[in-house]
Amino acid sequence: MLEQLTDWLVFNVFGFEADLAFSGVLHFFIYETVKIGLLLLLVTHLMGAINLVFPIEKVRKLISSGKLRGVEYPAASLFGAVTPFCSCSSIPLFIGFLQGGIPIGVTFSFLITSPLVNEIALALFLAAFGVKVTLIYALSGILLGTVLGWILGRFDLEKHLESWVRDLAKNKANDGQQSALSIRDQVRHVSRDAMGIIKTIAPYVLAGVAIGAAIHGYVPTGYFESYMGEGAGIWSVPLSVLIAVPMYANASAVIPIMQALVVKGIPLGTAIAFMMAVVGLSLPEALMLKKVMNVKLLSAYFGLVAGSIIILGYLFNSIF
Amino acid sequence: MNIKILGPGCSNCRVLFQNTQEALKSLEMSADLEKVEDYAQMMSYGILGTPGLVIDEVLVSSGRVNTVKEIADLLQKK
Repeated sequence: MLEQLTDWLVFNVFGFEADLAFSGVLHFFIYETVKIGLLLLLVTHLMGAINLVFPIEKVRKLISSGKLRGVEYPAASLFGAVTPFCSCSSIPLFIGFLQGGIPIGVTFSFLITSPLVNEIALALFLAAFGVKVTLIYALSGILLGTVLGWILGRFDLEKHLESWVRDLAKNKANDGQQSALSIRDQVRHVSRDAMGIIKTIAPYVLAGVAIGAAIHGYVPTGYFESYMGEGAGIWSVPLSVLIAVPMYANASAVIPIMQALVVKGIPLGTAIAFMMAVVGLSLPEALMLKKVMNVKLLSAYFGLVAGSIIILGYLFNSIF
Repeated sequence: MNIKILGPGCSNCRVLFQNTQEALKSLEMSADLEKVEDYAQMMSYGILGTPGLVIDEVLVSSGRVNTVKEIADLLQKK
């Protein structure tokens, strides 16, 4: 229905010729913007509601209670997926989890998945690549957090933490005297916060869709297939992960652009690896975490995540 | 009244600080408003996300930027 509506708007109301490249660009821009807008509304509200039921304080209590024994890694990873991520919260979260007696490996499971699977990425993925690819993305993100947290948890990590963190971690968790707010107020916040998120990222999304629309209209189909050839495909995965690291702030712009590039012949696996690296390997988060752990542990953490994303990229390229 | 904004100085913390100032102004209240950027001190209030809002040593909100109106409501409840 949205397709017909856009057709009508571009061809009848604006009166553009259907075979003009620019009308294709305009069509793509309007169609994608409306679709992304609707999905962002849906997903941010949904995640906000989940977060209302499972606020981070409750999650910590649940994991540290020992009720999840045996499944604490996948559980932490899953909770990381549904919790909104902010790089400036990484340190209180990290220390707060340790104070709750949660092992460092389990904490890493949470920290790896939290930026990787978030409401913005999910909504944009749904708009760009559909339900199947989005599910694969989300599940592999949760799996990545689970496995890597477990691997890191096999080592004695405490000696790699800064001494002030170790001292603080000995303190018992203070549950905080949270929320003087009524349930009704909290429900209202879900919507307000969701709109706040959308407002913040809107300029980036619009810029991304505009660039995507231009690529869609002016780059010939299959352009990159011929350009990149057979051999370049091997290097494209690690290279795209490398390029992605400094691009965190533009995650909302990157996904709509990648959608257009995939149509023009960039392999889907390479594109997914690139987008995972953009959202999952956050430079601001690394700079924050540098304050709580030494370079060795930080590099191990980032190296493991980057390496796994590259492997996933190859895997997706061989499947799709 | 003593109000503390917990946060390492990211943009969210700055916005919360400004909103709190505005809330105080709108209620024509005065209070000691201070920023807490030391993690050890921040953690003693039990926050798991920044920014945090502490009114008279009680953590009333964390992990989100409260609007001017919300802060005003919280201040009036005190």
